[in-house]
Amino acid sequence: MQATLRHSLIRPYAAAFRARFLLLLQYRVAALAGFATQCWWGAIKIMVFAAFYETAVVAAPISLPNVITYVWLGQAFLALLPWVADPEVAMLIRTGGVGYDRLRPLDTYGYWYARSLGWIVARALPRAILMLIAAGIVLPLVGLEAWAWRPPSGVEAMALFVPAFALMIMLAVAVLMLANVVVAASLNERGVNAVLMPLVVVFSGSLVPLDFFPDAMRPFLHLQPLAGLVDIPFRIYFADLQGVAALRGLALQAGWALALIVLGRAAMARMMRRLEMQGG
Amino acid sequence: MNALRLYGRYIGASVRAQAQYPGATLLLTAGHLAATAIEILGMFALFHRFGEVRGWSFGEVALFYGLINITFSIADILTRGFDVFGTEFVRTGAFDRVLLRPRSAALQLIGYEIRLSRVGRMLQGLAVVVLATELAPIHWEPAAVAIAVWAVAGGVALFAGILVLQATICFWTIESLEAVNVLTYGGVQAAQYPLNIYADWFRRVLTFGVPLACVAYYPVLAILKRPDPLGAPDWILPLTPLAGFAFLALSFLAWRAGMARYASTGS
Repeated sequence: MQATLRHSLIRPYAAAFRARFLLLLQYRVAALAGFATQCWWGAIKIMVFAAFYETAVVAAPISLPNVITYVWLGQAFLALLPWVADPEVAMLIRTGGVGYDRLRPLDTYGYWYARSLGWIVARALPRAILMLIAAGIVLPLVGLEAWAWRPPSGVEAMALFVPAFALMIMLAVAVLMLANVVVAASLNERGVNAVLMPLVVVFSGSLVPLDFFPDAMRPFLHLQPLAGLVDIPFRIYFADLQGVAALRGLALQAGWALALIVLGRAAMARMMRRLEMQGG
Repeated sequence: MNALRLYGRYIGASVRAQAQYPGATLLLTAGHLAATAIEILGMFALFHRFGEVRGWSFGEVALFYGLINITFSIADILTRGFDVFGTEFVRTGAFDRVLLRPRSAALQLIGYEIRLSRVGRMLQGLAVVVLATELAPIHWEPAAVAIAVWAVAGGVALFAGILVLQATICFWTIESLEAVNVLTYGGVQAAQYPLNIYADWFRRVLTFGVPLACVAYYPVLAILKRPDPLGAPDWILPLTPLAGFAFLALSFLAWRAGMARYASTGS
């Protein structure tokens, strides 16, 4: 009885996730184009890092093989970053489709969260697999293992990376949901995306690992919420964060994810009270 | 009406259209500025930590960065018609109407839209050139200014050539191929750093494949009055932007071949 009740509670959200996920998996050409772009970007970034390391390797906070792995991880999971609000939410607001979502006997925040999760994971998955094959398997096979995406540094790192990766996605969707709420409230997705993109790219560590920024900024950079999107999970992957430091990283990710979900729910409740229906 | 005056009309119409929504245009411009300016932040962080890269200081590399961003922004402002050619002209059949008008298709596509928001990238590029002038330092004698303008012109021609090629491919594929972004946005990304920090194979691609180095790297060496660490003779440095115009000419040859085989998608 208890089990079936729980099952029926989760089912609509799972269905929302699955529908969006399967739909997006069909855009194979877009995934291939994205993959080609990301290979090029990754190659440039790695060559730039390598040139800097040659100049003054002692100044580097992370070893070169680890930075290379960091770059490939970043390119593989680029589509997991919440840098544009979910375009479907903007469309729902513009067409008035949001009214149907409000009529469903579901928690609207949870429903949108599940759909955005499906959107973000479906975009990222094929590219991540292609990148893993190219940078993790093909590069070492053709004798370029110095430039390859390396496996996690040990069993402990691998075990810690699994929850870090899950929390990274949870956090990403929580940020995305905040952006969705702002889009819904302001009816302007371009403005939101224009602000969101640079913030996410810089503060997640996607641009350069956060430890490369000037020392005075590092304590702040490691505590802010967006670090959990790239910097924390990737450093756990190659055991730059290990033991207590890794657990602290996981706690930060979880804490921020939870805080942003609570904030997003509150903002959404407020937005829905004032919502004026569009369309007709 | 000659082609130039007609083009002037196109520009006027496009600018007036965007001026109808000044708030939105300004917001988009500011957004574009912020989105493209973060790269200089990453560059700054690396130089702050490492000091220099293969003998280049931050000020010098900032000049590479600034000039290529200005170059690409101008091309990006002007070539919108070729950029969306597949999705908005070929697939919809709108290109049929373009062909019916007694003017060249290329002219109509160039005049399709002047994207004002791309000024955002230009502004941050200009700001970085000012920064580079202070840091390097760079002496802007008339000869240096002339080389910079010449390099930017060659670069605009090169990027326009890439966009024309992208549009040409649409005669076969119908859809715009986003993989061309590797050469445009990816080209800017690559040309922000001096050529000699890259691996051998990559230098060759950037010199002989898509001659980005000819419009970014070699002329900037002439402005900085530095000999090429890779050994190109000094006299050739200011001449290299010619390659951009050659690329554009070849692109238009391909474009004409594509036009000849164009078959409407109908409706």
